[in-house]
Amino acid sequence: MDPAGLLAAYELMGVIRRTEKAAHDLFLQGLVKGTTHLAAGHEAVAVGASAALRPDDHVFATYRGHHHALARGATPEECLAELMSRATGLCGAKGGSMHLTKASTGMLGSYAIVGAHLPMAVGAAWSARLRGTGRVAVAFFGDGATNIGAFHEALNLAAVWKLPVLFVCENNLYMEYTPIADVTAVPRPAADRAPAYGIPGESVDGNDVEAVEEAVARLAGRARAGEGPALLEARTYRHYGHSRADPGAYRPAEEVERWLRHDPLDLTRARLTLRGVPETEIAGADERAAATVRAAVEAAKAAPPPDPRQALTDVWADGGAAWRT
Amino acid sequence: MADVISYREAVAEGIAREMRRDPSVVCLGEDIGEAGGVFKTTAGLFKEFGPERVWDTPISEQAIVGAAMGAAMTGMRPVAEIMFSDFLACCWDYLANEIPKVRYMTGGQVTVPLVVRTANGGGLGFGAQHSQATENWAFTVPGLKIAAPATPADVIGMMAAAIRSDDPVVFFEHKGLLAGRGPLPPPDHVVELGRASVVREGADVTLAALASMVPLALKAAELLAGEGIEAEVVDLRCLVPLDVSTVLASLRRTSRLITVEENPYQGGWGATLVSVVADEGFDLLDAPVRRVAGECVPLPFADALEERVIPTVDKVVAAVRGLAVY
Repeated sequence: MDPAGLLAAYELMGVIRRTEKAAHDLFLQGLVKGTTHLAAGHEAVAVGASAALRPDDHVFATYRGHHHALARGATPEECLAELMSRATGLCGAKGGSMHLTKASTGMLGSYAIVGAHLPMAVGAAWSARLRGTGRVAVAFFGDGATNIGAFHEALNLAAVWKLPVLFVCENNLYMEYTPIADVTAVPRPAADRAPAYGIPGESVDGNDVEAVEEAVARLAGRARAGEGPALLEARTYRHYGHSRADPGAYRPAEEVERWLRHDPLDLTRARLTLRGVPETEIAGADERAAATVRAAVEAAKAAPPPDPRQALTDVWADGGAAWRT
Repeated sequence: MADVISYREAVAEGIAREMRRDPSVVCLGEDIGEAGGVFKTTAGLFKEFGPERVWDTPISEQAIVGAAMGAAMTGMRPVAEIMFSDFLACCWDYLANEIPKVRYMTGGQVTVPLVVRTANGGGLGFGAQHSQATENWAFTVPGLKIAAPATPADVIGMMAAAIRSDDPVVFFEHKGLLAGRGPLPPPDHVVELGRASVVREGADVTLAALASMVPLALKAAELLAGEGIEAEVVDLRCLVPLDVSTVLASLRRTSRLITVEENPYQGGWGATLVSVVADEGFDLLDAPVRRVAGECVPLPFADALEERVIPTVDKVVAAVRGLAVY
């Protein structure tokens, strides 16, 4: 990335980090209900990948997906309003934290059944090939998804049909509370499965936004050129527990400290300084990110709740929900 | 003599008519290409449309239906085959959690115009894991349309409506009807989903039936006519949308209702139909409602056992006689 691109990536990661912090705080204030699966710590995967993709590529993510929605065009206000059950939410408050979607910018959903969206991404890639759009589809998923059947069915079908799809695993070392290494037969839960399907399986530092960008650009380019799918395993770490109810106490303190020293924002900030970007410009990016999220929180808080009549819309394409005459 | 076509051939004909008019229609499934499907319901499609429109898949039900969903969300109209309806359980996440919910949970941002076709039902001696009538599984899920045609003409007309639908449709093709023949409908024959058909008129009792239970109910009605009992037979055609209006209109004439269902009594579609009738048509009834449905056991293998479990003409006739004297 050139300095301007890296600074933009840093600012977007800052927006994501602060949005997640806001989601956490709003939950504690009782303004976000249900649960949240925060992606603080995972920012570089979403921002690096997004920088490498075309705006019209298709992205599918998981219930830990706020960062992908934000990286693919959703605003913090739309996301926080969704979490806070407001009419202005990204999905009209019908989806919630686990289903952030912005179809108009190619962010085709966040799915909360582990692994289910990998075959969907295969289908979107199949569609891209059939229609000749030149698009690629990307499925982001956690390490836990590598042990579910849909993962394996998706990799095989994508390979057999040689489709333009990337499988990007965010390996944060824990499937939920259990270390992924305790329940997986191979050291790299995603990348080590790729050879079984005859596709490239690479590893990357998922906290290094430039490394992610480089890998995704290369593998997406290859897929776009008709050379088939690939798998990228990005090692990263979540700053919060698995979900709202989880303090993450099962993680050794030494491990947490080591990963916090390898924070994607800190790494990027240091790199910007190293490349001669003035401190004032970096601080300006921080301030803009903070101001954006502050304004988003206020706007979301001020937004109205959904009209209860909306509960009976959007089942069918005609907008309705009628199941009988 | 008018052209006739088998139910089996009608499946491929119905798909082919849509593939000719809309290049976004593509097929995927196990053995559906050159092999023409294990039931030969896709015979000829690969030859006419080639490998870019008709795709053989591995035995990967989740990948088949999941990929159909992803393609449908991005501009295609996929027609996915799940070989036996029992195998829907292998990809049930997509039919219970993904396909019917994605439009709703995104606030209407996406549509999923796909068809999942599957061979359904018993009577062929395939045993417990290849013989179930599973239409009631789909009926438990808001967000799926459910078609189950009884005649070759309806296969073609309802396939057209299902493929053109912007909503997901589960299309149940009954194994016991595949060899049956009927008139070939004219070009551009479309049967709107959610329109039941009164296939036999009668003043004494309404038999509400679906798929292979329709010809079975008609046979029962012929036998009963010899005894002076005139049964009206309603082919529901679809479970969603469920044409309750046609059933209530029939009850205004007959005042007696029997559902004829192949799926188990426990959780069968007739229970929902009957509950609507009890709610909205109670004053139309002169007798209790009866349900002739599958017994609540897995489908057994031997003919003598299978006949004991699924509805037969004799069971329907007995149920009607019982109601007639009520």
